[in-house]
Amino acid sequence: MSNPSSSTLPVAVRDLTVAYREEPVLWDIDLDVPPATLMAIVGPNGAGKSTLIKTILGLIEPAAGEVSIFGGTIQEQRRRVGYVPQRGSVDWDFPTNALDVVMMGTYGRLGWFRRPGRGEQAEARQALGDVGMEEFAQRQISQLSGGQQQRVFLARALVQDADIYFMDEPLQGVDATTERAIMSVLRTLRERGRTVVVVHHDLETVAEYFDRVMLLNVRKIAEGPVAEVFTEENLRRTYGGRFALLQAAPVR
Amino acid sequence: MDLTLIFTDYTLRTVALGAMVLGIVSGTLGSFAVLRRQALLGDAMSHAALPGVVLAFMIVGSKALLPLMFGALISGWLGALLVSNVVRHTRIKEDAALGIVLSVFFGFGLLLLTYVQRQGNAQQAGLDKFLFGKAAALVSQDVITMGAVGAIALLLMLLFWKEFKLLSFDPAYGASLGFPMRLIDTLLTSLIVLAIVIGLQTVGVVLMSAMIVAPAAAARQWTDRLDFMVALSALFGVIAGVVGALVSSSGAGLSTGPVIVLVISVIVLISMLLAPNRGLFWEWWRQRRNRQQLRVSAVLTDLHTLATAHGDLYHAHPVGTLRAARPGGGVRRTLRVLSEQGLVRESDKGEWGLTEAGLAEAERLLAAESTTDSPPEAEIATASEPRRDAVLDAK
Repeated sequence: MSNPSSSTLPVAVRDLTVAYREEPVLWDIDLDVPPATLMAIVGPNGAGKSTLIKTILGLIEPAAGEVSIFGGTIQEQRRRVGYVPQRGSVDWDFPTNALDVVMMGTYGRLGWFRRPGRGEQAEARQALGDVGMEEFAQRQISQLSGGQQQRVFLARALVQDADIYFMDEPLQGVDATTERAIMSVLRTLRERGRTVVVVHHDLETVAEYFDRVMLLNVRKIAEGPVAEVFTEENLRRTYGGRFALLQAAPVR
Repeated sequence: MDLTLIFTDYTLRTVALGAMVLGIVSGTLGSFAVLRRQALLGDAMSHAALPGVVLAFMIVGSKALLPLMFGALISGWLGALLVSNVVRHTRIKEDAALGIVLSVFFGFGLLLLTYVQRQGNAQQAGLDKFLFGKAAALVSQDVITMGAVGAIALLLMLLFWKEFKLLSFDPAYGASLGFPMRLIDTLLTSLIVLAIVIGLQTVGVVLMSAMIVAPAAAARQWTDRLDFMVALSALFGVIAGVVGALVSSSGAGLSTGPVIVLVISVIVLISMLLAPNRGLFWEWWRQRRNRQQLRVSAVLTDLHTLATAHGDLYHAHPVGTLRAARPGGGVRRTLRVLSEQGLVRESDKGEWGLTEAGLAEAERLLAAESTTDSPPEAEIATASEPRRDAVLDAK
C-alpha cells in the first residue's frame, strides 16, 4: 500500500470506502488527525463509526482508499497503536481475572510463544492503578461492574504504551466514577503528546471532553475543531430527521 | 470387577491407557472449543470424520489405526474448513452450515460403510465400531499411536497457550496487536480435530463430541482460571474415559461411547448442581440468604420510619402495620430473627418496637442507604433486587 501522503500525521485517511454486500458502509472518507489531540467520532447508529476505526486498524478490508499511521502502513506501525474494543464484544464470563486481561496488552510486544513474566505483570498492575482499579487485580472479570470492565479494557490498552489510541464507545453506559477516571486518563495521554480517537455517543459532552470532532453518517459530514464544526446545522445534516429528538443538547 | 486387573490384564491395561490418553487430549482442547462457543463445531467435525475413516480403509485395505486416523483427520478438517467458508462467503448462518456439513458428511460416510460391508471383505468386520466405539478392540499399537498424536497436540497447545487464550477471549483485539488470528484459529481447530480423531475408535463418531464438550463444561463450573479449567477438564475426561472403557470391556457387550457419555453426564450434573459459586444449589442458597438479609434490614428500617412518625423512636406497632408495608410476607418470622439478635422487642400487648441496639442499627442502615444511592461497586449485586424502600415511598 502506498502512503496517502508523505505526512507523518498520527492518522491520514484518503478516499476510504468500505462496503458490506455491495452496500457502502463508509463512503469516500478523508481524515487527518493531528498529534496530541482528543478526537470524537459522532453519528447515528449504523453511521459506520466502529467500522471506520476497525478499518483504520486493519481489522476490516476496505473496498478502496488508503490509511496511513505516522506515515506508514498499519502493519508497520502496530506497536504504536492501541485499541479499546466495545465492551460488549467479548464474553465477560471468560475464566480469567482483571490483571490477566490487562496483561494481554503486552502480548504484541512479546510476540509468538513468549509468556508474560514479572516485568509484564508489574506493568499491568501499574496500568490498573492508572485507572483506579489496583485493588481489583485478582477479581474474576464477570464480578466487575460494567464501568470497571470498561476500565480494565482501557488499562489493557495503556499497557501497550501506544502513540495513538482508538477507543470504541469507552463511555457507553458507564457510571460517573468510571467516566471521570477515563477522561482523566485521556487528558494525561494528550499531555504526553498521544492522540486518542474515540467513538462517542453523548452529544452533550463532546464540547467539554474533546478538541476535535468528526461528524459521520456513511460520508464525512464535517470534521475539525469542536468550536468550528460542532454546529446545529452540521448535527442536523448528520442525524437527519432524528435530530429533532436531540435538540436539547447544548450546541454552539 | 477387580481393579488390580488394570495393572496385570493386558486387554484392560491397554483399554485403560487408551481411554486415559483420549480423556486428557479431548478434555484440554475441548476447553477452548467450549469457551469459544464452538461445541457444535466439535459435533460436526466428528461426524464429518466418518467418510475419511471408511475411505482410508478402502485405500489401505486394513484397519491399522494410523491410516484410518489420517483419513479421519483429513475429512474432519475438510468439514471444519467447509463450515467456516460457507459462513464467510454465503448468507447461510453458522448453525445451518454446521447442520449441513454434519449430515452430508455423515450420510456419505454411512453410504460408504454400507458399501464396504456389502463387498464381503473379511477385513471390514468391525469397521462399524467407529460409529459407537469399542474400547475393547484397542491393541497396544493403537494406544502408542494415540499417545504420540495426543502428545503432539498437547505440546502445540502449550506452545500457543497465550495465542489461543487471546483467540478465545478477544480475537479482534488480538488482530489489532498484529497476530494472524485466522491462522491461529485454523491451528486450534486442527488440534481439536486431532483430539476427535484420537477418540474415534474408542468412543465413535456419533458421541465423540460429548468428550469434547462435557468435561470442559463441567470443569468451567469449578474454577475461574483458564489453566485450572483445562487441567480439571483433562481429569474429568480421564475419569469418564477410563471408567467408561472399563465398564464396556467388562463383558456386558456394551458400546464404549454410550457408557463414557453416561459417566461424563453424571460428572456434568454434579458440577452443575454442586460446584461452589456457579452451582445451582449454591445459587439458590445465596438468594435465600440475601432475601432474608434484605427482609431483616427492611423490617428494621420500617419500624424506625413508623416510630419517627410518632415522635417516639421506641414506639411499638402491631404486626399488621408492618405487614401492610411489606406485602411479601414473612414479617413475623423476620421479627423473631430480629428479637433473637436483640434488635427488637415484643411488648406485653404483642406490639413490636426497636431496642436501643435496634435503633442504632436502623440508623446505620438508613445512613448507609442515603450515602450510597447508586454505588458503582454494587451495580451487579443489587441489579436484580427490588428497591427495598419502594413500599414506604409510595405511602
